Amino acid sequence: MADVPVIDIAGLRKRYGSVDAVCGLDLQVPRGSIYGFLGRNGAGKTTTIKVLLGMARPSGGAARVIGLAADAPDASVEIRRRTGFVSEDKELFDFMTVEEIVRFTAPFFPRWRRDLEERYRRTFELRGAIRVKALSRGMRTKLALLLALCRGAELLVLDEPTAGLDPAATEELLQALVGHVARDETTIFFSSHQIAEVEQIADRIAIVDRGRAVLAGALDDLRESFRRVQLVFDRDAPQAAFRAAGVARVRRQGRVLTVIASGGAEPILDEARALGPVSVDVAPVTLKEIFLETVATEE
Amino acid sequence: MLFRPNPSLGVPIYLQLMEQVKHAVETGALRPGDQLPGIRPLAEELVINPNTVAKAYRELEHEGVIELRHGAGAFVTAHGGGRKAADKVRGAQPVVAAAVERLRARGLTDEEIRRLFEAELAGLTRAGGPRG
Repeated sequence: MADVPVIDIAGLRKRYGSVDAVCGLDLQVPRGSIYGFLGRNGAGKTTTIKVLLGMARPSGGAARVIGLAADAPDASVEIRRRTGFVSEDKELFDFMTVEEIVRFTAPFFPRWRRDLEERYRRTFELRGAIRVKALSRGMRTKLALLLALCRGAELLVLDEPTAGLDPAATEELLQALVGHVARDETTIFFSSHQIAEVEQIADRIAIVDRGRAVLAGALDDLRESFRRVQLVFDRDAPQAAFRAAGVARVRRQGRVLTVIASGGAEPILDEARALGPVSVDVAPVTLKEIFLETVATEE
Repeated sequence: MLFRPNPSLGVPIYLQLMEQVKHAVETGALRPGDQLPGIRPLAEELVINPNTVAKAYRELEHEGVIELRHGAGAFVTAHGGGRKAADKVRGAQPVVAAAVERLRARGLTDEEIRRLFEAELAGLTRAGGPRG
């Protein structure tokens, strides 16, 4: 793609004391995508986001946001001006009312979208007179999102935007994001450990584990290329070492040998048949399974 | 609602959407000349990525099922992807229905039937040899 990625991270490292929060992370977010940054708690998601917004200095590697180096001081000001950010704790001034915080925020952003402000105040049912302190968790998230969406930003960075929301509020928020991308040609980069919401709205994902992207790409490509091949034997399943490329995992369980293939089933079928199984099944793999296969068991 | 893709299946959402549009055309729920929802409204309604809807529409246009008129939206083509193709599929449906019925009568679950079809299509049963 000739287009410069909106976010371009190469070999990023961030060390806190003796802990490597991020160690060699690579990912590219193309313009116009909804990019799901998926990982368990503590995988390095928030640290990465902090680096992108100039809130943490990388220990190594490079991160560029809208073409600017994230660790250059003047660039990070520019990045934050052109990026809408919602932090994990949705920090807002508690003493203000909804109306006050909107009027307080708007002047900082020359491209503030009054039309969107009105739209989202209506759809999110945010009444101006309510004090921020008194908002429910869901309403607080919606307010934080409104403040980010109305900046006229070309990139939205959202850290766990749906954390603590009930299913109805989550759906409303996802709908707002989808609608926003469709109307305003924004790019969204959001972190989450909720697989269901990522697979619902993301067109690209990265699965991050222990500070590294273990899998990244277009979600449809991943869905089309991951297959579970299950071989059943009339004896204990043999120890099998597959030579074919794209074998993500092999698991033996009694008479069953399960192979997770990351490049379609075909490359491994010849080898599988040569083992003499009594039956061979091929099934698609859900994102949840892909996630669990690439993350959880890597002890 | 006419379309209802399920994001948590292992099948790409754009393929599900394409299938659902084609199915709607085959059953006559969508007729030639009918307009499909716009990309943005459909993405918002289904709460899925607009790029996914756009991709499904592009592929459907490529297959001749719909045509994208610039600025006006997406419409089912006069022949809805070729009457022949639709007839062929419709003609085959009873064959599949009968096979599925027979398998159910043998006590197979839908999931087992689905797996059998997948394995057959992937050409698995030819070499490994069905024995049990």
